[in-house]
Amino acid sequence: MAEKVLMKGNEAIGEAAVVAGCRHYFGYPITPQTELTEYMSRRMPQVDGTFLQAESEIAAINMVYGASGAGARVMTSSSSPGISLKMEGISYAAGAQLPCVIVNMMRGGPGLGSIQPSQSDYFQATKGGGHGDYRLIVLAPNSVQELVDMTILAFDLADEYRNPVMILGDGALGQMMEPIVFPVIDKKPIEKPWAAVGMKKRKTPNIINSLFLKPEKLEEHNQVLQANYKKITAEQVRFEKVLTDDADLILVAYGITSRIARTAIDIVRSEGYKVGLFRPISLWPFPSAPLQELGQSAKAFLTLELSAGQLVEDVKLAVNGVRPVHFYGRTGGMIMSPKEVAEQIKKVLSFEGGK
Amino acid sequence: MTVVFKRPESLLDVPFHYCPGCHHGIIHRLVAEIIDELGVRENTIGVAPVGCSVLAYDYFNVDMLEAAHGRAPAVATGVKRVHPDSVVFTYQGDGDLAAIGCAEIIHAAARGENFTTIFVNNAIYGMTGGQMAPTTLIDQVTTTSPYGRSLQNTGHPIHVCELLSTIESAVYVARVAVNNPANMTKAKAAIKTAFQHQLNGDGFAIVEVLSTCPTNWGMAPLKANKWLEDNMMKVFPLGVYKSLEVKKDVK
Repeated sequence: MAEKVLMKGNEAIGEAAVVAGCRHYFGYPITPQTELTEYMSRRMPQVDGTFLQAESEIAAINMVYGASGAGARVMTSSSSPGISLKMEGISYAAGAQLPCVIVNMMRGGPGLGSIQPSQSDYFQATKGGGHGDYRLIVLAPNSVQELVDMTILAFDLADEYRNPVMILGDGALGQMMEPIVFPVIDKKPIEKPWAAVGMKKRKTPNIINSLFLKPEKLEEHNQVLQANYKKITAEQVRFEKVLTDDADLILVAYGITSRIARTAIDIVRSEGYKVGLFRPISLWPFPSAPLQELGQSAKAFLTLELSAGQLVEDVKLAVNGVRPVHFYGRTGGMIMSPKEVAEQIKKVLSFEGGK
Repeated sequence: MTVVFKRPESLLDVPFHYCPGCHHGIIHRLVAEIIDELGVRENTIGVAPVGCSVLAYDYFNVDMLEAAHGRAPAVATGVKRVHPDSVVFTYQGDGDLAAIGCAEIIHAAARGENFTTIFVNNAIYGMTGGQMAPTTLIDQVTTTSPYGRSLQNTGHPIHVCELLSTIESAVYVARVAVNNPANMTKAKAAIKTAFQHQLNGDGFAIVEVLSTCPTNWGMAPLKANKWLEDNMMKVFPLGVYKSLEVKKDVK
């Protein structure tokens, strides 16, 4: 087992990508994820890889499209306004079934917003962002170790399902330092017979494409994509439950907010309140069924997020009116404190009953 | 019997969708002939554009990627960085390259990306039905310049070769036409030179090919050819705007 090292979140993602066999990175600096771009500029040449600072986020994601179409493991990263620019390319990559890893270290928005942590790109990440019926696999780590593990997982999932995967973090996760261990990988890279690599001795050309002018053909292609999404939904739902067995109230939170929620639970549990945490790890596919199941034992849910309320919509859909779903959020780059969350918990419980 | 003329192996045996009199078919054929002549078909990766030639991958018998509008140079950059020994080309129209993809082509040239761009300039947006392009001539009537392109309102056409020839890392920049057999021969030579620069690892090369759009210009093919000669060639003069050899001579 490798030894523990202390690393910043953004840089840990970069090293995890190297461990995962990524040798091509195309990016553009934006706070608060720039350390990742900088790390790749140092690291890629050391492993005979490509680091390229593109002229824009749009160019960067299209370089990713080209590299992925040519069969490489490839990554790009950005933060909220930059991810908006990448959305055109992400829709094309999803349409052409190209595996790639996209990191979004969210910051406050809309527009130029701020450089402080936020979770207000949830809709964009899980419900589209670009045009057309497509889905990204969206993973939401909550520690630097998970940034590492999920970055490696992201490359495998991307290749397995031929679909872009997004690591949805935030400015706080990117900037924090924690001790981590890099796993040792001994997996063989997956074959990509579909890639455009030059025909060599192949009889027919490989075409990377998302254009289908005949509506019947495009519908057929959409059905292929939807079947893949159905498969992903059946196989890749990820979540964590903490102290939910006896809980009257279930907090629902992902990423950095789930850590704040965890501390808040300790505060209120010491005062006798029965509160647990449900943490979606895959934001898409969303863990609806296990969340719905908790509605049988808990009296209510409280969704916590650094947004004006986006995750809460998926929580409500999952709970489907069986239990009340409350919401507490901060916006603009403000981070809620555990004490603040504890107060919200007590408020909800005094309304819904139970201690 | 000796075969003296046949379909290039790099071109699939399917009918083109291009309008009668459009030059895309000729330009496709020239590119395919050169890929054959250089013996690189099995190692070539093309990047198709958005625009009339959006279906280029249906015609070339090589691996291809369809790019988003204007992004072909970025896509080609990704491909070439993964397979530096492959032969990569982009095939782009004027709306694609000179409007929405202006940044991508300038920066690919500035980085000296070692691929070849075929730039087809017909002074109009063809696929969407004849709107004004950055290359539309002053006073030219299009569906979005119905009173003629106004200098005051929309400025001058963009001269892509002149612009890119100022970029140090562009090694070969030429403008050609395929309006008659003599020019086709010159065009073929230019395209071949551009590919040869790539094979030598010299850097970015682009060949602009002036082309007709009889349908959207509202002209019969022969009249369109004449209009190209009388009008487009005056605004977009043919010639080699930059070549590695010339640069060496200057030094």
